[in-house]
Amino acid sequence: MLRTTPFHARTAPLCLSHAWRRWAGYVVASSYELTHEREYHAIRSSAALLDISPLYKYRVFGRDAARLLDRVVTRSVAASTPGQVLYTGWCDAAGKMLDDGTIARLDADLFRMTSAEPGLRWLQDNAAGLDAAVTDISDATAALALQGPSSRAILQEIAGADLAKLRFFRIVATTLKGIPVTISRTGYTGDLGYEIWTDAGDALPVWDALIEAGTPYGIVPAGMLALDVARIEAGLMLLDVDYVPARKALTGRQTSSPYELDLAWTVNLKKEGFVGKAALAEEAQRKPEWQFVGIEVEWDALERLYAKAGLAPQLPATAWRTSVPIYAGGGQAGYATSGGWSPLLKKYIALAHLDARWARPGTAVEMEVTVEHRRERAAARVVKKPFFDPERKRA
Amino acid sequence: MKTRYDAIVIGAGHNGLVCAAYLARAGKRVLVLERSDRVGGAARSEEVFPGFRFSVFSYVVSLLRPEIIRDLELPRHGLHILPLESTLTPLANGDYLAQWSDHDQNRRELAHHSLRDAEAYEEFGMLMYRMARAVKPFLGRVPPDPASLAPRDLLGLARLAANLRGLGADQVHALHKLLTMSSADYLDEWFECEALKATKSASGIIGTFLGPRSPGTAYVLLHHYMGEIDGVFRAWGFAKGGNGSVSDAIAAAARGFGVEIRTESTVARVLVRNGRATGVALESGGEIEAALVVSGADPRRTFMQLVGAEHLPQEFVAGIERFRFRGSSGKVNLALAELPDFSCFPGAGPHLRGAISISPSVDYLERAYDDAKYGEVSRQPYMDIVIPSMIDPSMAPPGKHVMSIFVQYVPHNVNGGWTEAKREAFGDTVIDTLAQHAPNIRSAILHRQIITPADIESMVGLTEGNIFQGELALQQMFFLRPVPGWAKYATPVSGLYQCGSGTHPGGGVMGASGRNAAFAILGERP
Repeated sequence: MLRTTPFHARTAPLCLSHAWRRWAGYVVASSYELTHEREYHAIRSSAALLDISPLYKYRVFGRDAARLLDRVVTRSVAASTPGQVLYTGWCDAAGKMLDDGTIARLDADLFRMTSAEPGLRWLQDNAAGLDAAVTDISDATAALALQGPSSRAILQEIAGADLAKLRFFRIVATTLKGIPVTISRTGYTGDLGYEIWTDAGDALPVWDALIEAGTPYGIVPAGMLALDVARIEAGLMLLDVDYVPARKALTGRQTSSPYELDLAWTVNLKKEGFVGKAALAEEAQRKPEWQFVGIEVEWDALERLYAKAGLAPQLPATAWRTSVPIYAGGGQAGYATSGGWSPLLKKYIALAHLDARWARPGTAVEMEVTVEHRRERAAARVVKKPFFDPERKRA
Repeated sequence: MKTRYDAIVIGAGHNGLVCAAYLARAGKRVLVLERSDRVGGAARSEEVFPGFRFSVFSYVVSLLRPEIIRDLELPRHGLHILPLESTLTPLANGDYLAQWSDHDQNRRELAHHSLRDAEAYEEFGMLMYRMARAVKPFLGRVPPDPASLAPRDLLGLARLAANLRGLGADQVHALHKLLTMSSADYLDEWFECEALKATKSASGIIGTFLGPRSPGTAYVLLHHYMGEIDGVFRAWGFAKGGNGSVSDAIAAAARGFGVEIRTESTVARVLVRNGRATGVALESGGEIEAALVVSGADPRRTFMQLVGAEHLPQEFVAGIERFRFRGSSGKVNLALAELPDFSCFPGAGPHLRGAISISPSVDYLERAYDDAKYGEVSRQPYMDIVIPSMIDPSMAPPGKHVMSIFVQYVPHNVNGGWTEAKREAFGDTVIDTLAQHAPNIRSAILHRQIITPADIESMVGLTEGNIFQGELALQQMFFLRPVPGWAKYATPVSGLYQCGSGTHPGGGVMGASGRNAAFAILGERP
């Protein structure tokens, strides 16, 4: 049967919308309130509390733990120091993305890896001959994201550690109201934020402590719909939505390399052999054929299309996750995979895969929109990601 | 007045009916002659016990070709395929392995047995899916003969090669392994959970006289995934009203095209003059002429009994004699006063709407085979159980149930031959085995119907009771089915064709043999 997360006893009574979504075999709230609007705005203006327990989590331990991870992922793990968190992708031998996630170095020989897809077998098989043990701790570890401008103040009320010292993409083992947790200065919203990791058995007291401390600051439990808007604004891609992991691809064309996903910065070709290195080195030479870019639809163009139908512009109420054609140069130049209205930026934005020829920021393109049952093309342009990049994100 | 027919089809099994329908659709006047009192052959439903309908022999719709469903408009003629979604494997330790259709639920369940298997399962599925996509088009075509230089064969081979070229190197290597390995060995490369390996490898032994450790059985694993390619189409499941309603729907479609179907009309012989089929002689006396005779009977019955070796080349006769049947399966159909209560999964849960597979380990299956190798019914047989009334309540009176138990191994040539006592002992073995997992079964039985390979042979006319009209083993598949050089539905007797499961691709309520045969006869490409 589907599982509920360790926070379900708290989240279920809050879920007034009765709208739940599946995530990795668990159910989590799509939105708690009847619409997700207030939950989204909490991420950007106060603080939102999100249940991210369904993430797959692996504990990697041993003298060769860093070697194992370096063998699997594209970034250099050996170069990290305890207390650091790395975002990275990992590939198959053909250099095509299998998954992406974070690696937290908890100690010299101890890591916690998160992923969107199950990866125990892949890690274990790659550990052959190495002194590194991989354990699936997905069910045993509960996780929350506290995201938004007030997140630091709320957390500091009850955290044992001085959070002013916890820099972007760093992690610390500490306590929350005496309960042992690890807190990472990470998130999936592009805002100031933290992720809190704890034993599943301590989930409810951790939730209660955060709600109690956060209430004076306007903390709002937020669901996946709000998160989806925020992560698009932050230009963060989502597996299964924005790319097909190589293991699930039915054809070669469905796969993507890190270069094609704008993740060149995560590929360290100087590193000693890792899975997919040869293919990636070759691709780095010849430049990727595809690029993953931001698209901004021009408001005036949209308004004109609707005016033609006698309507004011209508906008999607939630972020969409479908494949939408993008046109340039008289043909289809690519496709958007997620998009929606940014309530903060007041812009209609999308994440898209474009033929590299059309991917330079500023390039004029067109995105398909359906206006009154008719498919139209709205003028749009390629823009730099992320769409929203506040200073506090890295603070 | 004497009606003239263009074609006579012998046997109203599902392939014969499909072939007849396609021929009639192309404008031929077709007569189908059936020995028994109803259509369907081994795909029939019968009220064996008052108020209880049994799918007497075949019991699920497997891989029924979507193009047949479309071409013959079978839903309009009453075909309704209901989903059969899960498989429960009771284990010796009181636990169970369940396979569910929901991805998340299935993964959770597998992870409970092995986290690694839960992940391997998806990778395995993707690999099989890709290979099945390359191989599947082959099933819907007249098989090209690699020993032939005829343009059509070369074209067919080229097309197959093009399909295979689309595969990655790892898939080509895997395909080679599938064609050469045993299913147990192949699954050992992927999984560690015994019950999972056993339940999966069971699909490779059905209808063959081979065990899960016999080389060549791995290939059939692929067939399961061919069904998945049509997954959207949902051609796998349980036919409302039992498998007889598949035959009834095809018969209705055939009649719609003008086919005449005569039941209780037994063909005694195919009339052959100067190497040409000219019609058939009926057992009741009388002859019916037609320029085309199409046999839905199995190859041995067709050539050795209906045609006669004297009309055939010696090497062809030798080929037919070498074609192996070796029926290895039987059935027990039960009318039940109440549902079985499985100790590993008590109560009336969703698991009773799916298959229940008695295949706790590969060793269990191999031991079952060991008994059969030496002429005995397996003491602990492999069983594939469904409860049709859980899916279609109209199969039994309200609150009552029917249960279909497919059993292997039940050798056709059992030591000492089949007797009434042997048949009852076989039935007892099945009930005893089931009672180990569902102890209430004995008291729930209102009626039992026991079917041995000998019964299958006498009731439906399948030689040695082989459910596929000849073992689906690699040495007699594709361009070798049933005889090398004669895999294209035509026979050494001009005007005589075959359309049964004994031809490529054979097996299951698939209809592909009947359809391919019709296209071969009409000289068209399917």
